[in-house]
Amino acid sequence: MIRRLFLLLALLVAASPALAVNPDEILADPALEARARAISAQLRCLVCQNQSIDDSNAELARDLRLIVRQRIVGGDSDEAVINYVVSRYGEFVLLKPRLSMKTVALWGMPAILLLVGLIAAISYARGTGRPAPQKLTSEEEARLDKLIGD
Amino acid sequence: MIIELGHYALVLALATAIVLSVLPVIGARRGDAALMSVATTGTMAQFALVVFSFGVLAYAYLVSDFSVNNVWQNSHSLMPTVYRFAAVWGNHEGSMMLWLLILSLFSMMVAYFGGNLPARLKANVLAVQGWIASAFMLFILLTSNPFARLTPVPAEGQDLNPILQDAGLAVHPPLLYLGYVGFSVCFSFAIAALLDGRIDAAWARWVRPWTLAAWTFLTAGIAMGSYWAYYELGWGGWWFWDPVENASFMPWLAGTALLHSALVMEKREALKIWTVLLAILTFSLSLLGTFLVRSGVLTSVHAFATDPSRGIFILGILTIFIGGALTLFAIRAPLLKAGGLFAPISREGALVLNNLILTVSAATVLIGTLYPLLLETLTGDKISVGAPFFNLTFGLLMSPLLVAVPFGPLLAWKRGDLLGAMQRLYVAAGLALMLALGLYYVENGGPVLAVFGLAAGLFVIFGSLTDLWYRAGFNKLSFAIAMRRLAGLPRSAFGTALAHMGLGVTVLGIVAVTTFETETVVEMKPGMTAEAGGYTLTFDGLRQAAGPNYTEDRGHFMLRKGEVDKGEVWSSKRLYTARRMPTTEAGIRSFGMSQLYVSLGDPMGDGGIVVRIWWKPYILLIWFGALIMMAGGFVSLSDRRLRVGAPRRAKAVAAPALEAAE
Repeated sequence: MIRRLFLLLALLVAASPALAVNPDEILADPALEARARAISAQLRCLVCQNQSIDDSNAELARDLRLIVRQRIVGGDSDEAVINYVVSRYGEFVLLKPRLSMKTVALWGMPAILLLVGLIAAISYARGTGRPAPQKLTSEEEARLDKLIGD
Repeated sequence: MIIELGHYALVLALATAIVLSVLPVIGARRGDAALMSVATTGTMAQFALVVFSFGVLAYAYLVSDFSVNNVWQNSHSLMPTVYRFAAVWGNHEGSMMLWLLILSLFSMMVAYFGGNLPARLKANVLAVQGWIASAFMLFILLTSNPFARLTPVPAEGQDLNPILQDAGLAVHPPLLYLGYVGFSVCFSFAIAALLDGRIDAAWARWVRPWTLAAWTFLTAGIAMGSYWAYYELGWGGWWFWDPVENASFMPWLAGTALLHSALVMEKREALKIWTVLLAILTFSLSLLGTFLVRSGVLTSVHAFATDPSRGIFILGILTIFIGGALTLFAIRAPLLKAGGLFAPISREGALVLNNLILTVSAATVLIGTLYPLLLETLTGDKISVGAPFFNLTFGLLMSPLLVAVPFGPLLAWKRGDLLGAMQRLYVAAGLALMLALGLYYVENGGPVLAVFGLAAGLFVIFGSLTDLWYRAGFNKLSFAIAMRRLAGLPRSAFGTALAHMGLGVTVLGIVAVTTFETETVVEMKPGMTAEAGGYTLTFDGLRQAAGPNYTEDRGHFMLRKGEVDKGEVWSSKRLYTARRMPTTEAGIRSFGMSQLYVSLGDPMGDGGIVVRIWWKPYILLIWFGALIMMAGGFVSLSDRRLRVGAPRRAKAVAAPALEAAE
């Protein structure tokens, strides 16, 4: 299993010696190129693990980078470019998933946890911050009186 | 023969661990000192056996004994000695052995240094450590035996994954595991306390040094891993929010929270239940991390050494330990008495805020890491959660924490004076903002938001200095007296200041390099030049070279700044012959805290080669900050009040004037 994995890894790397963005891909207009880079960083290389197409050296990532640049040069807005890529490859391609029914727990959880924690902390602070004044028992009162009296 | 002895020692160690898991607990219940003392002897015996077993495996690697399957798969006789040794843990079986070795080491240290612990607590703690050791030894023996033999014996090994053939492999996993596994001690203390049903400030005092030690090593391990990825992977990234990185980062976040809540518990007897829970959660995250990495459930950049068939076993360990611990917690925690009153604006309040943000951050990382997996299992839908998600959520969570960090140490216990703290931090904040603006101006821009990031980092740095300044009394005493008082401050005060300062330095580095870095991708032929960060690189051509187990093309670059010669950079592409696997060896030159990072791409048809040049301003601050944090950890650990085995505070330290300031 491990050996097969290594083989796969080796093949992947060997089959696509290109490393990330190549000079021939770069757009002449720096502003457009900057937009392309920003979009690329948001898109997942589909055949890699946890790499954006901007970082990846896979052939498929290169194809995607070229598509992104074609759309940008064609006059698409960033949003439209991303929509186009998602329409072709699905939501899986987005490294930052969109808010939807599927991802509502993902996006909502940090906020909810923060809120719950905050409420718990405040109620804890309130509970301990205003301690109920403890009444002395009659025995203690008597002892106290005796002590003061002496 | 020696190999079988190693295997046998491991079986004996398991038997010892099982005895160790049972007898001391019974002894603690019955108050039987003889049974309880089994804990110490058993732990020592187990440690000796595990060391022997691990030593045998290491020996097999060092002498390249390819009759051992594990050695054959992961080593090569031509590899330099240091890699042959480090290769022991460069694979699944060996890394589990390292895990076990470090677990046994920590148990042994608790047994050795724990002379001052109450006998029952010590017996229970060591027994719980024994449970964990038993589980992992069973796992190794049943599913991941590193001592399995091969017949016929191959003549040569299959070599280690070239990415791992690096000094980083010798250092990163041991440090990381010292952190990861170190939290097992906190876990065992928590379980022991729950078993006993008793927990007090003394408990927190005993747990704190172990938390601190584990935290310090984990900080080192993560920083080391980050730097290793940075220089080895060849695309200049230093943090990828890769599941494996997240697996080590979650215990770090929870451990940092634990460090702070244990402080509240030790000083003020408050947050007891929470601290116990956090101790359990922190090690649970360590276990979960081990599961994520070792089960192959998430394949990632670190995809070496994975095998799904083992997943079930680790999942079982995970369920038993985390589920069992939380169940015990649910039953016993209500019995623990809460104590310690404080107002929201107080040192305790600040530490609660710290805990809130850190645990929610850890939870966010956890959710982000597991969400795609869960969603796919439940609905079949595939989504990705990557760097942009984590940067956004984590950044949002961390920003308020960074602003709050300098306030914490300046607030008094019980009831703090926020306005007073603000007045004291006035200078630090002003200075931070000015410097941030200056830096922003000098480096020519980037998003305006970056100014706030830079200022936050600087504010944390200056804030920690402010804390020392007022503690020593520079504001009201003469310089000489204040200096003397500064020298007399407890080391934990310096530890706090250093750790916070380190955080500030790291944040500064992260923001600076993210904002100001430049990247140039060009095709170069010999004689051509490129610019980066004010330096001119002249490409001098490629040269062939060969190492012990690889061949490489080395690119030579001359560096100039203006007319001044600044030396040279070599950047190469290697081909490891045994696996026919190419790697990039980036050429890196440091200038102060900034670096020039040169990576070779593909040769083009016309004799040129693609070259990627990054200018990484202030990037070394990221790891330099981690070093300062570690220094803080060690300084704090050396505080006589915390020093392992010194439970009572020496009278000399208790200078009343200083104590009042705490």
